[in-house]
Amino acid sequence: MIPTKLLRSSTLRLSILHMAAFGLSVLVLLWFIYSSTAGFMERQTDETINAEIQGLAEQYGQLGLTGLIRVIKSRVAKDKNGSSVYLLTDWKFNPLAGNLPEWPKFKDTGSGWFDATLEDTEGFEPHRVRMRYFLLPGNFHLVVGRDVSERIKVERLIMDALFWGLLLTVVLGGAGGVLTSRWMLKRIDVITKASREIMNGDLTRRIPTRGAGDEFDRLAENLNAMLDQIVRLMEGVKQVSNNIAHDLRGPLNRIRSGLEMSLTRVESPEASRAVLEQTITEIDGLLQTFNALLTIAQAESGARRQDFTDIDLTSLAADAAELYEPVAEEAGLTFTLDLAPGLTVPGNRHLLSQALANLLDNAVKYTPAGGSISLTLTSGPLGVALAVADTGPGIPAEHRELVLERFTRLESSRNTPGSGLGLSLVAAAAGLHQAELTLSDNAPGLCVTLLFPASRTKS
Amino acid sequence: MRVFIVEDDQEAAAYMVKGLKESGYVVEHVADGREALYRVAAEAYDVVVVDRMLPSVDGLTIVKTMRSAGNQTPVLILSALGDVDDRVKGLKAGGDDYLVKPYAFAELLARLEALLRRGRSDAPGTLLKVADLEMDLVGRTVRRAGQTIELKPKEFALLEYLMRHAGHVVTRTMLLENVWDYSFDPQTNVIDVHVSRLRHKIDKGHDKPLLSTIRGAGYSLRDSN
Repeated sequence: MIPTKLLRSSTLRLSILHMAAFGLSVLVLLWFIYSSTAGFMERQTDETINAEIQGLAEQYGQLGLTGLIRVIKSRVAKDKNGSSVYLLTDWKFNPLAGNLPEWPKFKDTGSGWFDATLEDTEGFEPHRVRMRYFLLPGNFHLVVGRDVSERIKVERLIMDALFWGLLLTVVLGGAGGVLTSRWMLKRIDVITKASREIMNGDLTRRIPTRGAGDEFDRLAENLNAMLDQIVRLMEGVKQVSNNIAHDLRGPLNRIRSGLEMSLTRVESPEASRAVLEQTITEIDGLLQTFNALLTIAQAESGARRQDFTDIDLTSLAADAAELYEPVAEEAGLTFTLDLAPGLTVPGNRHLLSQALANLLDNAVKYTPAGGSISLTLTSGPLGVALAVADTGPGIPAEHRELVLERFTRLESSRNTPGSGLGLSLVAAAAGLHQAELTLSDNAPGLCVTLLFPASRTKS
Repeated sequence: MRVFIVEDDQEAAAYMVKGLKESGYVVEHVADGREALYRVAAEAYDVVVVDRMLPSVDGLTIVKTMRSAGNQTPVLILSALGDVDDRVKGLKAGGDDYLVKPYAFAELLARLEALLRRGRSDAPGTLLKVADLEMDLVGRTVRRAGQTIELKPKEFALLEYLMRHAGHVVTRTMLLENVWDYSFDPQTNVIDVHVSRLRHKIDKGHDKPLLSTIRGAGYSLRDSN
């Protein structure tokens, strides 16, 4: 019995459909062959009979009855294998000439055409003949016929071929369909089974490939690659969650112990007030961390890309520079600005501003007094480049990837305030804008460049 | 001044009602959106504070309904949704200001005061005056006690905002949003630096300082008499 799974398989349904269409086309083809061969033969027989009757009638007209009898006799004598039939009778249907012993019985349909089976005429086997009846002047009856056994044989052959051909199509097609579906089902089942196991929690499981390089292998490879990526992302999420937990635990712990201490000790109102103020500062820091995380998540989801508008980078950078210039000056830094005019990129103003603010923030924070900071915006064949450079300690090449991760804070910066999210946000904003983020050595210091590729910018 | 609060978080509402009453406001509070719709239609309030997420009718619908009914009472929208897009949606719906939870009470108070002054101080005068500090909006000049003070364009905008809100507290976020059009907090105190530079320009050499820092809240430009 064919299992229901196989019956429900789309491959089987498809092959049955295919088989039906194929069978139909075989049927049409054979029918066409049949009608063009058998039909042609039939028409040819009729034409021959017509021509003969016409010839005989003319003979009768020219040579009279005796002439006609002589012609018929000579034709019968010439026809050795009995493929032609002739009979001429008088008005009482008494035979006068021909190779039929008696007047054949037939139903007159008005056209004079009829088919008959001749039992045994002069040692020949029974055969089918096509005949035409014709009335000659003087009430003489004439019948001329042709043996059509050959034609009927050909017809039967074609009919047989038609039948067997169809049968073969159905059988082979059906069997092929079942086999193909079974094979497909088996391969799909392997994938289904593997994915079910993965869904049940075994993330290390992979879909087996047969090494044939066929479409199933390709599908399996793609699914496996997708799984690898999911695992990587999950590990990333786990890492981030751990980091968040770790980074929030510190301030939360400080808040808790501060409040606890002021609760258990009897302190002066001033001291309690100081604790509360410290608490609010800590909570504000936590909120800032949360906001940064949310902004990064939103940028990374890419959902904001649909709201992109054309951003005037020149004025955006000028605004940010205007905001940070006094701060840099206050910190004893030289701030230089070099902005090419009128450069535009499609983007999100808010995120770009924040990313640039973070970069300037970092530059001001990490560059020691007496150093310098520069903000440049240039346009080149590669695109529009926005760069913030400083003369601070810089970031060693081996750490440049790492600092883009959330909560990464290098040992050297442990003593400066910050959440370790600033550059992560810059990286997320760069990703959202499909801009290339490069951290390079400013010798000394750090140079951070955001390159908006030429294909995506307008100037 | 009558303040109408629509907030379904009872504890947050109680805290807000208490704080605003202590600041001298007459406060009414409902927790349900549908009831809020009846109240804003029936009563005349000076300012409405509405939470965005409410049972039955949400905050944005309340604001939209008020505006389509021709009610021009200033509205401050409170929301836990802090995305810029959410903010834009809130302001588009007809809100006059948008404050993200959690907020400092001082921030809420400062913004409410700013909303209440709107329409009174926004009169298109060409001259702003606080004590002996004068700002000519047409000539874009600033003088203190008759002496011209040179200001950069952003400093001018900053001082203009402070003068328009003279006598009241203006928070750092309000300055960032209104003067710089940034809706995020930079990590370092950039605003403090800008304000202290401005203070240096307008107060230095004068007996009476006009620009003062309000601890835990922001700044205030006032005539200390």
